Amino acid sequence: MPAPDVATSGHAFTPDAAAALGGPSWLSRRRAEAAEKLAAVAWPTSREEIWRYSRVDKFDPGRYCPSVDGDGAGPARQAPGGGPFAAEAGDRAGLVVVRNGRVVHAEVEPGLAAAGVVVADLADVDPGLAAERIGACSDASPDPFTVLHDAFLAGGAFILVPDGVVVEEPIVVLHWTEGDGVAGFPHTFVGAGASAEVAVVERYASTDQEILVDAVVELDLAENAHVRYLAVQEHGTGTWQVALQRAHLGRDATLRSSAVALGGDYARLRSESLLAAEGAESDLLAVYYGDGDQMLDFRTLQDHAAPHTRSDLLFKGAVEDRARSVYSGLIRVRPDAQKVDAHQSNRNLVLSEGAGAESIPNLAIEADDVRCTHASAVGPIDDDALYYLATRGVSPDDAERLVVLGFFEDVFGRLPLPSLEAPLRRSVNEKVGHLHPSDPRSAS
Amino acid sequence: MSVLRISGLRAEIGGHEILRGVDLEVRSGEVHALMGPNGSGKSTLAHVIMGRGDYDVTGGSVTLDGQELLGLPTWQRAARGLFLAMQYPVELPGVRVGDLLQAARRATGPAAAVPDLGERITAEAARLGVRDEFLARGLNVEFSGGEKKRAETLQLAVLEPAFAILDEIDSGLDVDALADVARRIEAMTTETGLGVVAITHYARLLRELRADRVHIFAGGRVVASGGPELAAGLERSGYDGLAAELGVELPAPVAPPEPADPFAEPVGF
Repeated sequence: MPAPDVATSGHAFTPDAAAALGGPSWLSRRRAEAAEKLAAVAWPTSREEIWRYSRVDKFDPGRYCPSVDGDGAGPARQAPGGGPFAAEAGDRAGLVVVRNGRVVHAEVEPGLAAAGVVVADLADVDPGLAAERIGACSDASPDPFTVLHDAFLAGGAFILVPDGVVVEEPIVVLHWTEGDGVAGFPHTFVGAGASAEVAVVERYASTDQEILVDAVVELDLAENAHVRYLAVQEHGTGTWQVALQRAHLGRDATLRSSAVALGGDYARLRSESLLAAEGAESDLLAVYYGDGDQMLDFRTLQDHAAPHTRSDLLFKGAVEDRARSVYSGLIRVRPDAQKVDAHQSNRNLVLSEGAGAESIPNLAIEADDVRCTHASAVGPIDDDALYYLATRGVSPDDAERLVVLGFFEDVFGRLPLPSLEAPLRRSVNEKVGHLHPSDPRSAS
Repeated sequence: MSVLRISGLRAEIGGHEILRGVDLEVRSGEVHALMGPNGSGKSTLAHVIMGRGDYDVTGGSVTLDGQELLGLPTWQRAARGLFLAMQYPVELPGVRVGDLLQAARRATGPAAAVPDLGERITAEAARLGVRDEFLARGLNVEFSGGEKKRAETLQLAVLEPAFAILDEIDSGLDVDALADVARRIEAMTTETGLGVVAITHYARLLRELRADRVHIFAGGRVVASGGPELAAGLERSGYDGLAAELGVELPAPVAPPEPADPFAEPVGF
């Protein structure tokens, strides 16, 4: 690793370190431009509305170093941590394995490759194509962490489905980050051409070391494209995740997106859909569960820039122990975007006295012929439900688990990839039962 | 043969005494009806027997086969053989009745495990006329009154407790549902020796359940006990008239009136 100029910057994320990462020239240029901006970036504070309630005040860039060339991992070294998802996603059309932000494996069914489907490391694809597409969505919504991401972007999953091609089985992307103080910058680009269809499943996992995962996901949907997307976040206990997922939807395009967030110390996800042309539809779903001292932080945007567009959002979470969650969501309807149908709903269960959830839904409506609703709820488990279950002999721990899993059930029932319902239910079930393992013999 | 024995039970809520020395003894296979005016404390008795946290027990005992239940949490009382069928079953979004029964069975230990719970549930559902869609949905969510009480009875039948307290299981039921529910419970009294305490306002349930004993409950205690003829007396004369006939004084209400049941139609009085 080149010695970073820590002395002057206070951290290792210097222009020299960014330049040292190598790769194709378009990528080096992109990094250099970002590194220049980064030098002038003021790290945000929680006084800014978009960072309110977050833990950004505790962010210390000096604790991390950018991962260099996968930290010595040879290409043969596979990233562990696929969990049940790699196996239980069922038949898949392609697989990308990413370690510390670097692609270590990429494959796609030969038949699909022949049809022009690309599943590859973004650093390996045609430079003209990659330079044009990377940033197509995310550049429209920068923040200091996307600038940091761009300054150290050295690889990532690049998935492109040409016009009219339908990919039946999901493409699976497995992200793994490890190493004390490592900062990884995973990038996923999904481009669906006109009338193309694809499903992408991503799983993010990491060790329990102090890790920064600064991720960007771009979902670029051309006219009449249909994309299903599922991200499962199961980071280790020491991981800080600051992620942007941004989708651009063309005419009559549909996005069914969902997130399952269980891991990390502080895990933030900005999830944004730009409905850029008439007939576009975006569904954003999420399930999250925090315990211990975790904070799970979601900022969402349903941005209606065209008339006759539709969006729906349902985020449901639970927090236990001293965990916190934040949901701050905005439906924006721009002038002239008439006949818009937009809904957002955020519901939270607070399971311990020390836990807390913030829920802030917002509307910014600049058109006058729209149908928009928002709903928000934060509350404890219904005591009557626990008592009812107890009168049937259900132990308190089991009762709590039943009620929490039941609370998430309507989201599970709408997951864009039904084959993953069972393993995801199991993951959430394990997490809910984690701190209170129920003993079948405790009745006696 | 099991015995549920309640003696001298006193309980209060927020310093206000509601149960004022309840005595009641129920044996396996027996059906005891508890009838009384609104505000007499019947539902409170059901919840205090089950150990609901809102109430403070100030005296007396509740034993099952000689073992004291007071002091045990609700779920352990249930695991030892009590069941409460609620007047207003709670909605559980996303929790199927099968999920609930599996968790309930886990609590009662391996010895109580049903070899094939799913088959058991399907068989009981058929017997009670519970349609499949109600097994697949969140329990009690968007169930009609009759569907809720059929679901309560299904749980009772699968869990096979020693004693069931039925808190107005006949409320919200049409005639057909009442017959289905009551006949299933009556059958349990012979099939598994279920002992029943049925809280009700209506003599019809008592006839369907073939009640062995009828207790008039007023002012937080049992003021008169007898055979089914007591219910007939009630139908004829009402609580005040019956009290006069029996020569007992009817105590004043102890609890605020329970919400009126918009579904039930009084039978006979």
